[in-house]
Amino acid sequence: MVAAMKLLVIEDDREAAAYIAKGLAESGYVVDRAFEGRDGLFMASSGGYDALIVDRMLPSMDGLSLIAALRAAEVRTPVLILSALGAVDDRVKGLRAGGDDYLVKPFAFAELLARIEALLRRGPPVQTTTKLKVGELELDLLARTVSRQGRAIDLLPREFSLLEFLMRHAGQVVTRTMLLESVWDYHFDPQTNVIDVHISRLRHKLDKGFAHPMLHTVRGAGYRLSVG
Amino acid sequence: MARFFNTNAFRLAALYFALFAASVLALFAFFYLSTAGFIETQIEQTVGAEIRGLQEQYEQLGEGGLVALVRERSLNERVDNMIYVMTDPFLHEIAGNLSAWPRRTTPVKPGWITFPFDVHTPNGTEIHTALGTQLIVGGDRLLVARDLRDATVFRQHVLSTIAWAALISLGLGIIGGLLMTRQMLRRVETVANTTRHIIHGDLAQRIPLTGSGDEFDQLGGNLNAMLDQIERLMVGMRQVTDNIAHDLRTPLSRLRSRLEVTLLEKPSTARYAEVLTETIAEADQLLGTFNALLSIAEAEAGSRRDTATIVDLAEIARNVAELYEPVADDKGLTLLVSVPDNLPVRGDRHLLSQAIANLLDNALKYTPSGTVSLSVGRDGNVARIEVADTGPGIPLDRREVVFDRFVRLEGSRSTPGNGLGLSLVRAVATLHGGSVRLDDNEPGLKAIFTLPAAPASQAETLRASDARPAA
Repeated sequence: MVAAMKLLVIEDDREAAAYIAKGLAESGYVVDRAFEGRDGLFMASSGGYDALIVDRMLPSMDGLSLIAALRAAEVRTPVLILSALGAVDDRVKGLRAGGDDYLVKPFAFAELLARIEALLRRGPPVQTTTKLKVGELELDLLARTVSRQGRAIDLLPREFSLLEFLMRHAGQVVTRTMLLESVWDYHFDPQTNVIDVHISRLRHKLDKGFAHPMLHTVRGAGYRLSVG
Repeated sequence: MARFFNTNAFRLAALYFALFAASVLALFAFFYLSTAGFIETQIEQTVGAEIRGLQEQYEQLGEGGLVALVRERSLNERVDNMIYVMTDPFLHEIAGNLSAWPRRTTPVKPGWITFPFDVHTPNGTEIHTALGTQLIVGGDRLLVARDLRDATVFRQHVLSTIAWAALISLGLGIIGGLLMTRQMLRRVETVANTTRHIIHGDLAQRIPLTGSGDEFDQLGGNLNAMLDQIERLMVGMRQVTDNIAHDLRTPLSRLRSRLEVTLLEKPSTARYAEVLTETIAEADQLLGTFNALLSIAEAEAGSRRDTATIVDLAEIARNVAELYEPVADDKGLTLLVSVPDNLPVRGDRHLLSQAIANLLDNALKYTPSGTVSLSVGRDGNVARIEVADTGPGIPLDRREVVFDRFVRLEGSRSTPGNGLGLSLVRAVATLHGGSVRLDDNEPGLKAIFTLPAAPASQAETLRASDARPAA
C-alpha cells in the first residue's frame, strides 16, 4: 500500500466500531469514526475518504438515507453497508439506495477486509475491456477462452465466470461468500463447502504443469489469484 | 343503553323502521281515501237517481203528481235517511220532511250542497249534515238530499280502525326491529367478548358458530381461521425459542467453559492462539445454526407475495446441480441430472435454490458410494423435484421426524450438519403451497418435493424476464 487509504466507519456501536477500526488500522488503513448518521454524512461529504463503511441502523439518520443523501450530492465514494438484516429483500434495498456492497452482521473480519479491498480496487467500470491479464494468465471475454503462457486452458462456463471474478480482483483476498454471491448469485451458506471443491478443480486446470501456482488459499479467509 | 344507540345495528333498525312506518302510513292513507270516498259517491248516486226519478215523474204526472209523490215519500219517517223539501218560488214549503228550506248551505261541487239540519231523537235534538242537489220544476224548487250521518259514522269507523291498525303495525315494527337488532347485537357481542378474552391472553378461545352459514358465521369462521394461524405461528415460535435455548445453550456453554479453563491454565501464547482459533470455529458454527434458524423462520413467516414471481424451476435445479457436481465427483459418486428445458412455477428463486441445495447436500453427504440423482418434472399441474440416492436410507418410522428442527438421526452425528436442512426444505415447500416427503428408493432414500406448476403458457414470460445478467 503506497499512500494509506482513508476509510470512514459510521457505526453507533462503539465497541464494534473500535474493533473494525483497529483491524483496518492494522491492515494499513487510516480510519476515522462517526457514531451517528448526521455526523457521518457531514464527514463523508467533506472528508475525502476512499471508502465508507456504514451501519444500516444509526441514530439521527439511518444508513440508507445517509447513502441516498451522499449519492444525491454526487459523492461517489464506494460504500459497504453493514446490517443485521440479512434477507435478500434487505440486501436489494441497500444496494438500491446506492450501496456498493452489503455485509450481514455478524461477519468475520477477514470478510470485511476482503470486501473493502474489492471496493477500493474496483475503479472505473471496465466494460470496454475485452481481455483480462494477470501475469502469464490471459482471459478473453469475447472469445471466452483462457490461456496461460500461451497454452490454452479448457474451462466450463462456471469455471470461466469464477476465474473472471478472481482475475478482476487479482492480488486481493476473495472470500467464499463473495464468490457464492457474485458468481452464483446465492445468498445462503451451503452446508458442504462446495466453493472449495470448485476452486480446487479450477486450480487443477490452472496450475497443473506450471512451475508457480497462481491460485492461492488464504487460511481463514478465502482465495487469492496472484502472479507469484 | 347509550352504546346501543350508537350501534350500526340500531341505525339500521331505525332506518328500516322509518321505511316500514312510511309504507304502512301510505298504505292506510290510500285505503282510507278510497273507502271513505266510496260511501259518499254511493250517496251522490242514490240522490242523483232519486232526483232523476222525480223529474221523470213530473214530466209524466205534472206538478200535482210530483207534489203528491214528494208528500208520499216524506210521509214515512225519512226512509233511507232521504230528505225532501219542495217549495214555491218564494221558498214557502209545499211538501217535504224538513221544516223549511235550509238556510245555511255550503256548495261542495257544481250542483251539490251540504247543509245542517235538526234531527229529533228521544234524547234530544241532534244536528246532522246532509248532501243534496236541487231541481227546479215549473216555478217550484225541489231539494233532495241524504243524511250523511251513516257516511260520517263509517268514515270515523274506518279512520279509527286504520289508526289502530297503524298503531299495532308500528308497535310490532318497533318490537320486531328491537328484537332483530338485539339478536344481531348479541352475535356481534359474542365476537367482541371472544376477542376480548383473546386480547387478555386466552388464545384458545374461538368464536362460537351457529352452523347456519350466514354472514356472521362466515365472519366468525374467518376470524377463527385467522386465530388458528396466529396460534400455529406462536406455537412454532415458542418451539423455535425452546430449541434455540436448548441447541444454542449447549455449544455456548461449551464455548464459555473452554475460554474459562484456558484462562485458568495460564497457557503459552501458542496455546492461546490455538484456543482462540477453535473458539472462532465454534462461534462460526453457532452463527451457521442461528442463520439457518432465521432462514426457516423467514420462510415460515413468508407471505404469498414472496412467491408471486414466475421463475424457471428447471434452471434453478440445473444451477444447483452444477454447484454440487464437483462435490459428487470428488466423493466418487455419480450425479445424474434429469431436468426439462423449462418448468415455470411461482416462487422465490433463492429459497427454491436453497431447498434443492439442502436435499442434494444431504444425499451427497449420506451416500458412501453409488448414485445420486436429481430429476425435475411436471405431472399435470404439479411440479416435482426428486432427489434420490443409494445410501443407507431412513427407516419408515423416522421419515417424518427428520423434518423437525434439530433432529439428527443416530449415525449421522459424526457428519457435519445442524439438523435444520430438512426443516428449511419443508418450510420452503409449505410457503410455495407444496409439500415434501421422504420415500424408499430401494435401496436408498428418495426425497419428493412438489409445488404447484404455473401454466405452461408462462414459459414465454419466463424467457423474456430471465435475461438477468450473471453477476
